[in-house]
Amino acid sequence: MVKAILLTGYGINCEEETAFAFKKAGAETEIIHVNDLIASPKRLEEAQILAFPGGFSYGDDTGSGNALANKIRNNLWEQIADFTEAEKLILGICNGFQVISNLGILPGIQDRKPMRTVALSHNNSARYECRWVSLKSFSKKCVFTKGIDFIRMPVAHGEGKFSASEETIKQLNESDQVAFRYAKNPEELAKGKFPLNPNGSAEDIAGICDKTGRILGMMPHPERNIFFTQQDDWTLQAEKLKREGKALPIESDGLKLFRNAVEFFR
Amino acid sequence: MGLGLTRIEVSFQKDARAEITKKNLEKAGFSGIKAVSLNDVYTISSNFSEEELTQCADLLHNPVTQSFSVGKPLAAKDFDWVVEIGFLPGVTDNVGKTAAETLSDFFGEKAKGIEVFSSQEFFLKGNFLEQGAKNIGEMFANSLIQSIYIKSRKQFEADKGMDAIAPIVKLHEELKAEPINLNVSDEELVKIGKAGILDHVEKDGSEIRRGPLALDLPSIKIIQDYFKKEGRKPTDIELESLAQTWSEHCKHTIFAAKMDELEKGIYKTLIKGATAKIRADKGDKDNCLSVFVDNSGAIDFDADLMITDKVETHNSPSALDPFGGAITGIVGVNRDTMGFGMAAKPVINRYGFCFADPRDAKLLYRAKDKQNSILPPERIMLGVIDGVNVGGNCSGIPTPMGFMYFDERYKGKPLVFVGTVGLMPKIVNRKPGQDKKALPGDKIVMVGGKVGLDGIHGATFSSEALSSGSPATAVQIGDPITQKKMSDAIVKEARDINSYSSITDNGAGGLSCSVAEMAKECGGCTVDLEKVPVKYAGLAPWQTWVSESQERMTLSIPKDKADKFIDLMDRRGVEATIIGEFNDSGRCIVNANGKTIVDLDMEFLHDGLPKKTLKTKPMKIHLKNPTFDEPGNLSKTLLEMLSRLNICSKEFVSVQYDHEVQGNSVLKPLQGKGRVNAEAGVVRPSLESIKGAAVSHSLYPGYGDIDTYWMAACAIDSAVKNLIAVGAKLEDIALLDNFCWCSSNEPERLWQLKKAAQACYDYATGYGTPFISGKDSMFNDFKGFDEENNALKISVPPTLLISSLATIEDSSKCVSMDAKIEGDLVYVLGLTKGELGASEYYRMNAEKTSKDEILGAVPQVDLAKASKLYKSFSNAIGNKLIASVQPVGLGGLSVAIAKTCIAGMLGAKIDLKKVPHVGLDRNDTMLFSESQSRFVVTIAPDNKEAFEKALEGSEFAEVGVISGNKLEMTCLKGNNVVSLGLVDLEEAYKKTLRDY
Repeated sequence: MVKAILLTGYGINCEEETAFAFKKAGAETEIIHVNDLIASPKRLEEAQILAFPGGFSYGDDTGSGNALANKIRNNLWEQIADFTEAEKLILGICNGFQVISNLGILPGIQDRKPMRTVALSHNNSARYECRWVSLKSFSKKCVFTKGIDFIRMPVAHGEGKFSASEETIKQLNESDQVAFRYAKNPEELAKGKFPLNPNGSAEDIAGICDKTGRILGMMPHPERNIFFTQQDDWTLQAEKLKREGKALPIESDGLKLFRNAVEFFR
Repeated sequence: MGLGLTRIEVSFQKDARAEITKKNLEKAGFSGIKAVSLNDVYTISSNFSEEELTQCADLLHNPVTQSFSVGKPLAAKDFDWVVEIGFLPGVTDNVGKTAAETLSDFFGEKAKGIEVFSSQEFFLKGNFLEQGAKNIGEMFANSLIQSIYIKSRKQFEADKGMDAIAPIVKLHEELKAEPINLNVSDEELVKIGKAGILDHVEKDGSEIRRGPLALDLPSIKIIQDYFKKEGRKPTDIELESLAQTWSEHCKHTIFAAKMDELEKGIYKTLIKGATAKIRADKGDKDNCLSVFVDNSGAIDFDADLMITDKVETHNSPSALDPFGGAITGIVGVNRDTMGFGMAAKPVINRYGFCFADPRDAKLLYRAKDKQNSILPPERIMLGVIDGVNVGGNCSGIPTPMGFMYFDERYKGKPLVFVGTVGLMPKIVNRKPGQDKKALPGDKIVMVGGKVGLDGIHGATFSSEALSSGSPATAVQIGDPITQKKMSDAIVKEARDINSYSSITDNGAGGLSCSVAEMAKECGGCTVDLEKVPVKYAGLAPWQTWVSESQERMTLSIPKDKADKFIDLMDRRGVEATIIGEFNDSGRCIVNANGKTIVDLDMEFLHDGLPKKTLKTKPMKIHLKNPTFDEPGNLSKTLLEMLSRLNICSKEFVSVQYDHEVQGNSVLKPLQGKGRVNAEAGVVRPSLESIKGAAVSHSLYPGYGDIDTYWMAACAIDSAVKNLIAVGAKLEDIALLDNFCWCSSNEPERLWQLKKAAQACYDYATGYGTPFISGKDSMFNDFKGFDEENNALKISVPPTLLISSLATIEDSSKCVSMDAKIEGDLVYVLGLTKGELGASEYYRMNAEKTSKDEILGAVPQVDLAKASKLYKSFSNAIGNKLIASVQPVGLGGLSVAIAKTCIAGMLGAKIDLKKVPHVGLDRNDTMLFSESQSRFVVTIAPDNKEAFEKALEGSEFAEVGVISGNKLEMTCLKGNNVVSLGLVDLEEAYKKTLRDY
């Protein structure tokens, strides 16, 4: 069975619903406190998927994701580097994306050295934004986004503005590493417009993957769109379905990402 | 080698915060600001080498977006002034703490004793003088918790930057408990009770006292008697301890007092009494599991789970430090969930704020001659919103519901309501989850943060009116991450391995209350105070004992399990310390360094407080009937109504509170394409179950100006109706009461209180909706001066918040408020009467003429009709007959219809002549009457017959159809008396608070 390990501790707070999504997708899941993983890093070897869930690790003090990344780099770097080199998957959502960006495993590590080249900084509004966004999927190589073209899900963050040098962004584009961009509809991107692009991210970038497509980091929360009734417009959809005499679906689109991850090992 | 101080400054290449800061300064009227930039500063106390300090900077910045400097300024290119904001000594500095933890983890032993202090440095370019810089500093900082340092560019350059300052607490207090002489005059006793124990006398003869004990003369006389019998003087810590335990805040002396003919008082007779009657009447169907005995109340969720609820207030601290007060409030009420039964998991946060108009900039002062100004309403509003933002978001608890209510009388003291719903298995370790009992021999374990001077006298302080003597130390800043670590470790791990026998939170009164409370369960305790971990040396024993430093729980742990528990906490980065033992000695004993400093009889401590006897006297009303004619242009009037603070969109608050975390959202705070604030929220607290939990609330302080009985009845009706509207059933609803009163020593105010409580009994029992928890805050008054030195007193209007909670069988049947599809039929359910007394409409007109012209009939609630309607409407929802529903509240029918249209981004054609009505003949009365127990409903045309059949026997009418992009309403007299495009409606609804 495919096993996913979800990190928790120090203010991570989306581990339960993210584990639930992986479980729905068919994985065996284990939530492990970062200190327990530091005490027995071998536990990583049992897993095919490592998830860094959303939350507020260390309350965003010293920069979102920075303090937890420091702790992991300090105590678990070798094991994490091994994980990235194996045929395994890593998913960082929201604060998890901030952590793995600070760790330097996105956009990808070189020579097993942590190197930071992308950052998530304060939203243009300088305020926490919780709202539903539309995303257009781009990368052909990203394992998680296979078969997904357009998808909706919530963002909820204060520091989600994707920032990197022009050179880095160019490279990301060239090597097909942009997984998601904020969009207006299936045809049009957000073009930096608030609230479609909720934070001012460069080139509307909402998520990126590494060169292999096996590591994905994204600000929006796919685990918050796994039930039909989680969607922001489900009551309208439900009313239309009722009148067409159709039953309401149980699941929703976000689950696809987790299914793709589990399918990868089958 | 001694420790040196080094400043590490970190700067973004592009900082959104700086741009917003500039905008806010301009908005606040600071003209001539040309540029703002800011640095995050870490002042490190260490003996690190330069190279090591550079490594520190590496760890504390992001190379992609930031640059840094070590030991030298990282100044903006062009600036005139530098304003730096740091914390005062002893104030929680979360960023500094995290930075220190990062450095300790990296450097190991080498970093021993390292301390980090955070601050923010603002570089300002602009043409203003030092006073201008000072004013800006005061806007950034709260002088109760922060310090402001200012330098001109010249001085900055001469000094080579800002100074490295370590705000370390230095205390020189004698560390002993002192005996206090109570054999003094009554006059001195009154002083001790009111202003506190005499600390010392200044050279000029003025007395410095330790802060309010809030003990009245009869209470302090009883203490005097007790110690006469004991044959000794009380110690200061004993007096403080009694004051905390006996405070209005903890003992609710007014609710417990005999009041007129009510021998057992209003709480036992009318609130608890209502619940007892409802539970007895319901028999087998009673869904209450725990009411009024624990930190929260609990009802059934499903066969395996229960849900808990608690709503708290944090008014006085929020008046002094809005951010700190509010964040402490929300994380504090989270602990009421963790401290319920064997510890429930927080699954919903809710909030409610009562403020004065944020556009009112006139300052008031606590002292004469413009001294000690209170914070302006806008600053209080934004600070409070931000505090709940940080507290709730950082804790990973969704906030699907809340409200803001405005009235000028909240200017002296805002009301800040915060609530938390929890989830817990019905059976925990083979015992009912709500049961807990500290056992003799159990260790007393304090878990979470350390104890400091923060939050001393919170309990006694909130029992007094706000005045110039209010203690600054009553302010705390919460640290949600410390609490989140503790919460996860307890609720998600320790609880289910049976590692403790009882648990409660440290809130008001700190250890003095939590330990003494738990000691009741077994009959006594002994505490060794020197074992309590402190933030800094030099705390007096009484301070350690009553401090309200945040993020702490007290647990009772069997001897053989204590080590294992502490080890688990240690591995989770959570501090846990054995501070004593529970026993059955009948005494509460506290030792410090081998000396007994508290030795109180448990019975006296808890039940020694004399019961009060209170008399009430009817309140005279000095209001007038309005005399204005019906406006000629009712379209314009409706737009004005939609823009009113109490009706308009609060979207800017809803979007900054995470309502999606935990993946449990069903009905959100903003609904429909038009994003209109909803009256109720629904979540799925257990992802494995389709069952929902719905939350709502209601309050009508305005009606209290005319009649507090109907104020309370309407609040109950609306809190119930809002849940019925989303799909709850009457028998599944539970209520919570929060009374925030004023001047509760005045018989007239008590009369208003008694009337409100009577309505609570009548309507809770009438609907069969039990109260499961409640809280009161009785002195929300402000005494001070205006700009012309006129003494004034501002009392909040008597405010009763009713919060409601219900389980919902199938969350996929929930209904939202937005009109869904063109051609749908619009219905109005319930009877519209001429009930405009103290309504939003009357108030709007009174604001233009004379403020007291609001007299009229306040809405009354017809229990029999409402119950019947609610039951049949629930069935209609259960049978999926409803497309949208909007309960009618402030602003009446026209506002509810407008919200339905805005939310759905669809117009409607309505004929209000058809609305069931009685006793009204004016169009404006029909549009704006606030009669209770009404809904605006839309349905698919195909459901017409079934829907009308379902509602048989209730008053309702089909009044129109959803169509186009205009709202057109024909009224009693005239066609299209309202004709408005959606764009105009939306603009009116959203413009008022949009720019926040």
